Amino acid sequence: MTEITASMAGSVWKVLVKAGDAVEEDQDIAILESMKMEIPIATDFDGVVKEVKVNEGEFVNEGDVIAIIE
Amino acid sequence: MFKKILIANRGEIAARIMRTCRALDIKTVGVYSEADAEAVHVKQADEAYLLGGPRVTESYMKIDKILEAAHQSKAEAIHPGYGLLSENAEFARRCEEEGFVFIGPSPAVISEMGSKIASRKAMEKAGVPVVPGVTRSLADAEEAIEVAESIGYPVMLKASAGGGGIGMQVVHSADEVGKAFEGNQKRATDFFGDGAMYIEKFVEKPRHIEIQILADNEGNTVYLWERECSIQRRHQKVVEEAPSSFISEETRKKMGEAAVKAAKSIGYKNAGTIEFLVDADQNFYFLEMNTRLQVEHPITEEITGLDLVKEQLEIAAGKTLSFAQADVKRDGHAIEVRIYAEDPKTFFPSPGTITKLKLPEGPGIRHELAVHGESVVTPFYDPMIAKLVVKGKDRDEAIDRLQEALSNYHIEGIKTNIPMLQEVATHEAFRSGETTTEFVEKYLTKKKIKQK
Repeated sequence: MTEITASMAGSVWKVLVKAGDAVEEDQDIAILESMKMEIPIATDFDGVVKEVKVNEGEFVNEGDVIAIIE
Repeated sequence: MFKKILIANRGEIAARIMRTCRALDIKTVGVYSEADAEAVHVKQADEAYLLGGPRVTESYMKIDKILEAAHQSKAEAIHPGYGLLSENAEFARRCEEEGFVFIGPSPAVISEMGSKIASRKAMEKAGVPVVPGVTRSLADAEEAIEVAESIGYPVMLKASAGGGGIGMQVVHSADEVGKAFEGNQKRATDFFGDGAMYIEKFVEKPRHIEIQILADNEGNTVYLWERECSIQRRHQKVVEEAPSSFISEETRKKMGEAAVKAAKSIGYKNAGTIEFLVDADQNFYFLEMNTRLQVEHPITEEITGLDLVKEQLEIAAGKTLSFAQADVKRDGHAIEVRIYAEDPKTFFPSPGTITKLKLPEGPGIRHELAVHGESVVTPFYDPMIAKLVVKGKDRDEAIDRLQEALSNYHIEGIKTNIPMLQEVATHEAFRSGETTTEFVEKYLTKKKIKQK
């Protein structure tokens, strides 16, 4: 089980997966918005989404957990 | 002249406008968001009003709040700066309706130039060359393919309401149009609330060269030479210079005159910029008109000796231009580089707290910035935190000064693009003037990122 964290502070612009989804390495799981840019957050490995910890529109700080992948 | 104006902007441009106001003895009203309470532009204003939360939609884009501050402070005019509400026709209209002078062109002109399709039509009517293409909104991929084939590949698929490269894509075949159309249309709808798409011929190896114009309320219009802004990353300018080392004296004159003709035909007033694409044979095509002060206006000031903000204020106050075309000077060479809070390799943003800031000083060096050695760079706004402007007697001296200045420019605590700017400044291709819009892709490291 691994936590996928925000690589920088910003707003959650899009959440691209939901609990139960199978994901592959390098697949984007969410897109943050910071300084007018879209920052895709990808998973580093294959697995299944256990839980998504953020909602669209929420503000996250660097290091905050976006999702948990098993 | 006005006694007090409100500056509906933040960061370096708000500070820049306030500087000229001080010189002209005009009182300044600043506005700010919760995230900017400690910002430089707030401290420099004679008085400042809180607009709301940190996001621009809660603060700097809130027309009602800004006008409330204008009423409270009894400001006579409103300067919109660039970005934010500067090209928002509704804002300009509301300013006028509520009795404030909007420092810029009329709402109707802003609105006409804000639509890529409408502005193309207006320019065609004025006899200004436009990139071959269609001026109607395309219904679907099928129609797009038909048009693309009549123009010939490669073509540029564009969103009418677009900007910053969003909804814009080069396509080389019918297959690619099919794949690109729907996605870009959706993005344009998401970002701009308008999914109108059109197609233009893709100009290969283009230069991005723009003409600065000034027009007073009586219609006297002059051009203040050009700026070449070809070096871009993600369709955003990084390095700008004036004059262009590429165009001939003859092309320069033709472009200037075309810009003046265009401005006059649409009834333009105040400062504006007409952007052109210039191909390898020096053919130039209208790209878009920016109905506001540009980020890179300082390089025009450096070579002409004019203060563009002062000119804007005087025009807005109803004064006649104090000089004619023949009086516009062109002296030396100026280069501006934009300093972004971002990773120099990936171009990812790098918000954070600045822990140290040491600026280079010396002949021909000018700074435009609104951060200091302890500033917090928040994730809410554009990553551009400063501009470095250098001037030399010629392009070589300007490049020497740029290299020297960049190597003495120290920012710690956040990542900046200074290493990338140094790569550009010291690159042989830059020195020799190979500054096409493909420069960054061709000569520097790249990584794909989507610009919002």
